[in-house]
Amino acid sequence: MSRITLSKLAHSYLPNPKGEADYALKEMDHVWQDGGAYALLGASGCGKTTLLNIISGLVRPSQGRVLFGDRDVTDAATTERNIAQVFQFPVVYDTMTVRDNLAFPLRNRGMDAAYIAKRVGQIAQMIGMEDILNRKARGLTADAKQKISLGRGMVREDVNAILFDEPLTVIDPHMKWELRTQLKSLHREFGHTMIYVTHDQTEALTFAQKVVVMHDGRVVQMGTPEELFETPAHTFVGYFIGSPGMNLFDAELTGTEARLGTVSVPLGATYGPTTGRTQIGIRPDYVTVSGEGLPVTVKRVEDVGRHRIVRAEFQGQPLNAILPEGMTVPADPRVSFAPGKINVYANDWRIAPAEKVGGAS
Amino acid sequence: MDKTQNNKAWFLVLPVLVLVAFSAVLPLMTVVNYAFNDTFGNNQFFWAGLDWFEDQITSDRLHEALGRQVLFSLIILAIEVPLGIFIALNMPKSGFWASFCLVLMALPLLIPFNVVGTIWQIFGRVDIGLLGHTLAAMGIDYNYTNDPIDAWITVVVMDVWHWTSLVALLCYAGLQSIPQAYYQAARIDQATRWSVFRYIELPKMKGVLLIAVLLRFMDSFMIYTEPFVVTGGGPGNSTTFLSIDLAKMATGQFDLGPAAAFSIMYFLVILLISWVFYTVMTNLDREEAR
Repeated sequence: MSRITLSKLAHSYLPNPKGEADYALKEMDHVWQDGGAYALLGASGCGKTTLLNIISGLVRPSQGRVLFGDRDVTDAATTERNIAQVFQFPVVYDTMTVRDNLAFPLRNRGMDAAYIAKRVGQIAQMIGMEDILNRKARGLTADAKQKISLGRGMVREDVNAILFDEPLTVIDPHMKWELRTQLKSLHREFGHTMIYVTHDQTEALTFAQKVVVMHDGRVVQMGTPEELFETPAHTFVGYFIGSPGMNLFDAELTGTEARLGTVSVPLGATYGPTTGRTQIGIRPDYVTVSGEGLPVTVKRVEDVGRHRIVRAEFQGQPLNAILPEGMTVPADPRVSFAPGKINVYANDWRIAPAEKVGGAS
Repeated sequence: MDKTQNNKAWFLVLPVLVLVAFSAVLPLMTVVNYAFNDTFGNNQFFWAGLDWFEDQITSDRLHEALGRQVLFSLIILAIEVPLGIFIALNMPKSGFWASFCLVLMALPLLIPFNVVGTIWQIFGRVDIGLLGHTLAAMGIDYNYTNDPIDAWITVVVMDVWHWTSLVALLCYAGLQSIPQAYYQAARIDQATRWSVFRYIELPKMKGVLLIAVLLRFMDSFMIYTEPFVVTGGGPGNSTTFLSIDLAKMATGQFDLGPAAAFSIMYFLVILLISWVFYTVMTNLDREEAR
């Protein structure tokens, strides 16, 4: 087990990358703490799998270094790194029994038979396959096979990290929840560094202590679920996390206010001069629809069960708001924004307030 | 779903029956006719019962040819199958060189049998052949027309040259169907090269490999043209395999009765061995799935 450091890491699949656009991973510096449970979240094709394969050594980065603890493993082969990885689609050794599949990584490391038997027993219990240990893996269903893959990923106790590449894609929904819970308890028990790639925010937020959001080959934010929710560092994070995503409005900053079309929204803080496109963002959860505040045009209201989502137009720009249960949209709808919950973005990146004023928290 | 029962549907099979009767069954019956009768020409036949069969089963000549045939098939299987696998494993997986190798491998398969025989017949000649002459120049005593061992080596090498490609191409197709993730998982699991072959590549190749073995067995068991062109079955009878012996008997000596009995037994043996292969293959498959 060790800390994983990515230093000036970048990767391109092209032999002679020219501009930034040629890079699947743009230059990044990151440290993954030993024993952390990380989720790597992002849309398809944003470089999550590339990053994972670089850590496991399946792909050699075109630039930069990868360090496990203090050891530079950039040029070390996958087999030398002692790392476990579970792939999106089940990979089992068809001709082996379930037992041999689980024992395979241990046997390759030359562990003694008694230890292997004990460890395989534990893992089999965890994935609920004790009764079919002697069956050939070949005839099993896709989710049983994926459970074997998961088991094989976790069977080694001394791995540096366990990497999961969207491992629950092929698993039944109810089983997904169960396995995720097991992964979490396993993490608490053994303290392996775990990196879990997913494009499902619920999966990421429930699994990880820290969520790493990737967008277009870049890590845009690494933070706790709360940080991602309250202060998204990039408009992509605001939009990607939360359902629906953050409202973003083009605005002009004047003092402690933002001007949107014909109205002003108080920000409760001053910001330094901004360049480029300036936007303000607020979560739908912090938008109150009532008879007071700024006028909006309500387009429609969607019932999603626990609450309703108001789809509206605000100063010519779309706005979503959460309407708690029992509330109704008044005849002359207006909105107000919770003070201190507005984030300001310049060219998609969040800028911190220079100074807070006027009692806003 | 209810199926309509109508026995007239059997008539639909008739065209196929007629076709097969004319192309296979009736010619075969001629052979059967010769096998159970004796004739002195003039289209007069005398019932001979199982005499020809007894005659052939106890014939030393047939036993020797059968022995040579089995030995030949075993030798070329033992060489071509491992060699084919080895070549397939080492062929490039994609890009220009993959296509290049595929074309190169396919070339021997496209050459007609008697041309292959002629090529090797000339290639091996000590006076003008590149191989024979080079070996002679190196001081190696090689002459496939005099020395039975040299004749065997020539015939075996020729068959390996001609047919290993088939095994290699079939295995290559099997290997290409393995997703990259399997190799990646094996690297993650710290598997050795041998384990990767044993647990990933071999199982995926097994289906095509059994077909390759079956095809190569059947083809080599009926081999005729190539050794006939190169050695003519000699020196002596040393490379007279079953079908060469059969042709000698039928068209050389005009012993149609024994030759017909021989043909029928030859056919039954191949049928039997192929059936055994097929049964073993399907049973293995079923056992795996359990």
